[in-house]
Amino acid sequence: MILFWLILIPFLGGMLCWHSERWGEQAPRWIALATMLFVLAVSVVLWAGGDFSAYGAGERPWLLEWRVPWIPRFGIEIHLALDGLSLILIALTGFLGALAVLCSWKEIVERVGFFHLNLLFVLGGVVGVFLALDLLLFFLFWEVMLVPMYFLIALWGHSGSPGQTRIRAATRFFIYTQASGLLMLVAILALVFVHYTSSGEITFSYDALLNADVPDNLSFWIMLGFFIAFAVKLPVVPFHGWLPDAHAQAPTAGSVDLAGILLKTAAYGMLRFAIPLFPEQSQAFAPVAMALGVVGIIYGAVLACGQQDIKRLIAYASISHMGFVLIAVYSGSELAIQGAIVLMVAHAFSSAALFILSGQLFERIHTRDMRRMGGLWGRIPVLPGVTLFFLAASLGMPATANFLGEFMVLFGTFRSAPVVVVIASAGLVLGAIYSLLMMQRVHFGREQQPGLLAGPDVREYGMMLALIGLTLAVGLNPQPLLDTTASMVRPVADLFMAGPVRAGGMN
Amino acid sequence: MLTLIDLVGLLPLLIVASTAVLVMLGVAWRRHHGGTAAVTVSGLALALASLPLASAAPSSPPLMIFDGLALMGSALVLVSGLFIAAMSHGYLAGYRGPREEFYLLLLCAVTGALGLVASNHLATLFISLELLSMPLYGMVAYSFRTERSLEAGIKYLILSAAATAFLLFGMALIYARTGHLELTALAAGVAGSPDPWILGGAALLLVGLGFKLSIIPFHQWTPDVYQGGLAPATTVLATVSKLAVFLVLLRLVLVAPVFGSGWLLGLISLLALLSMFGGNLLALFQPDLKRLLGYSSIAHMGYLLVAVIVGGPLALETTGVYLFTYIVATMGAFGVIMHVSGTGSGEDASGLHHYRGLFWHSPWLAALLTLSMLSLAGIPLTAGFFGKFYIIALGVEGSRWWLVGGIVIGSVIGLFYYLRVIVTLYLREPGMQQAVADAGRGRVEKLALLIVAVSILLLGIYPVPFIDWVAGLAWAARLL
Repeated sequence: MILFWLILIPFLGGMLCWHSERWGEQAPRWIALATMLFVLAVSVVLWAGGDFSAYGAGERPWLLEWRVPWIPRFGIEIHLALDGLSLILIALTGFLGALAVLCSWKEIVERVGFFHLNLLFVLGGVVGVFLALDLLLFFLFWEVMLVPMYFLIALWGHSGSPGQTRIRAATRFFIYTQASGLLMLVAILALVFVHYTSSGEITFSYDALLNADVPDNLSFWIMLGFFIAFAVKLPVVPFHGWLPDAHAQAPTAGSVDLAGILLKTAAYGMLRFAIPLFPEQSQAFAPVAMALGVVGIIYGAVLACGQQDIKRLIAYASISHMGFVLIAVYSGSELAIQGAIVLMVAHAFSSAALFILSGQLFERIHTRDMRRMGGLWGRIPVLPGVTLFFLAASLGMPATANFLGEFMVLFGTFRSAPVVVVIASAGLVLGAIYSLLMMQRVHFGREQQPGLLAGPDVREYGMMLALIGLTLAVGLNPQPLLDTTASMVRPVADLFMAGPVRAGGMN
Repeated sequence: MLTLIDLVGLLPLLIVASTAVLVMLGVAWRRHHGGTAAVTVSGLALALASLPLASAAPSSPPLMIFDGLALMGSALVLVSGLFIAAMSHGYLAGYRGPREEFYLLLLCAVTGALGLVASNHLATLFISLELLSMPLYGMVAYSFRTERSLEAGIKYLILSAAATAFLLFGMALIYARTGHLELTALAAGVAGSPDPWILGGAALLLVGLGFKLSIIPFHQWTPDVYQGGLAPATTVLATVSKLAVFLVLLRLVLVAPVFGSGWLLGLISLLALLSMFGGNLLALFQPDLKRLLGYSSIAHMGYLLVAVIVGGPLALETTGVYLFTYIVATMGAFGVIMHVSGTGSGEDASGLHHYRGLFWHSPWLAALLTLSMLSLAGIPLTAGFFGKFYIIALGVEGSRWWLVGGIVIGSVIGLFYYLRVIVTLYLREPGMQQAVADAGRGRVEKLALLIVAVSILLLGIYPVPFIDWVAGLAWAARLL
């Protein structure tokens, strides 16, 4: 039942925010903050009290599970389950959600209640995605988070100078994800009906469909339907068109959520659904997926080097980082998948921090164009140093969580795909180039204007210190994180290892 | 011969028809707008309440059949009729001409629709269809002093007459070959190998019905009539007329094997794909909300045709669910248009610019329109999602991958313009239009809108009772 409340609380909090607008400008902010801190607190309590060592044959891997029938006509259930990976990602959602509320404290000044309604609905949908095990329920939450995200970008986005670019960006985001989502719905339904014809039981239950007997010619297409839906969200390179625009036009809180959490739902979907449901097809598809990952790493990094807009630069850097995650997920090595999870967490921290920093910069100098910056090191206290820290994290400096994640990914993948690793390593070099380029252009060089700007206030200090602390903590002592997710990752890796044996046995 | 039991079965139809007579007599005696509306609403509500009684009676009046399909159709028709009657009162309050006759026409149209969904004979089919269409000409052109409305009425009249001619010719061809007009007998008559005359007749029937459903290429009247007609009249077209005609088409296809023949199904598939793409593409850059809804209805009828093509037990259920979710969303959208417009100023507020920033002065209306648009787009947690879910499930079950692809692509194109409408509601502009006058709107309209909004949400979140009800009816109607 507590899982259900985890999902419901953000939605209720959102409704309350909308109505609390009449009690004053600040009321929605405090309510939203309290809601997200509640989600964070619940997940931390669950984590502290949880036992994640459970992994054995036939044993149920879930820490908590809750299921009630929803639409018996089609065997659809409200089936929620929590394991280590979901828990980590929900804690991340709570944390970044609180940050998103904090960072829009001064940025959003109109329609405050409605803004927080949308923000909390996105986060509620994300929590639902991380918990849902019934395939239709998963799809439902997958789609539910789109509409409020659309509103966040379309209504509170930064209007580019020529006309309505934020609405165009929001529409593009929505159409990309909705189109791929519908493909996933078709794939889910095809899977369900195939299972129905072979077993006579109509169900959307994850457990039942894991053992579905799908004809070979169809299963590849169904797998592809899932993969494309996740690939659009991750994003994988040919499907990335929505991301830079959405990031550039979104308000800071929107970018934080988008980069920090929404992109992670895709990797989660691959680990939870795409690979376990179709292990053999995924393995056959792995070379293609890895190649796409490499293309993403290089492409994202090269384009990041050429950006003028800070947020677009960070957005392209995200594409590059997600390439590593994609490679790791399809490498089938336990070490690499663990690395992918660490990298997801690390990227959530560092990209959220960089987006918040660029938001704070925008509040001070009212531009995101790097050509109009320069020499800010001397003009703003503290913030440039913090920026340097997170850029260093982003380029994979040892001691930060990002380094650890990338290192584990490359190390783990090397055995199965050395060529991929060699090319992907080039992405690290490019990462250093665009990160330092950004630092150089924004904070060093000649001052464009004289005059001291305001330093961070308590709120900004607090956010940054929390992020720095967490990045270092995960980087220096990742073991608790790895222990938590091990019981989820090992079976996925085993599926890959077992794949060729099973295929060989059939021949 | 009619027996007493048959009369019980006919009760909803009789109640609506006698309400029409009552309204006519009332108007002749003394004009009273509020009273007329109240009589209409209570008559329709009474008819709706009598449905369970009527369906329980094992009645089999001549020329008609009261099975699950008919019951489903009657319920949908009465619900939409009730909503339109309730909304018309506020809408017509500012109208300068005679207002009471509108309800008379509405009741006649509802009577026709009730007959149509229960018809089991080509004669009842034809008479009911005309009883449904004739009042619509009057309703569309009701505000005949405005040019648009009159033009729309005449256009609908002429094109509809042409379509009726096709329909009659088709019936004649089939009658000439089989010698039957009764649907079941006719089905037995054409059971053998279909000869060209019967196929031709079936195709002509399809043309006639396709016109009413505004399936491409028989859709040309739709945008103009949607735009020009009075909002309540357009709502009748979009809900009552479409659903009744669709159900009768489904009945024909399910009963008569001639529609199951290869090339006719191929033809329907082609029309479905055309409607999905055409309707959505035509709506893309439409600046007029009523025209946009017209084009969107073309696309939705295209999706629905999948049920006709795939057939089978799930098709009936899909049709019921989809039609209802579509109708609820359409009622929501037109309800907002009716509430915002009112005929005091002549033409309806149908341009999208009327709705710019609606959220900031009447948030509930904007929320309802948002919900309706999301529902039409098939976004989860609204009613429309389950409609779309059913249709895609049906397509996947029948392995009609082309149609499934069409639905997916069509929905994606559709998103673009639904989102455009939604975002307009929330934009705040410096020189924004004056707030809509909210005076003179009674509680009934607000209640009706609220019910629609709640049912869109409720059907999206917990559709189980509704799905079970439709599934039960579909099961009952399966034994055709």
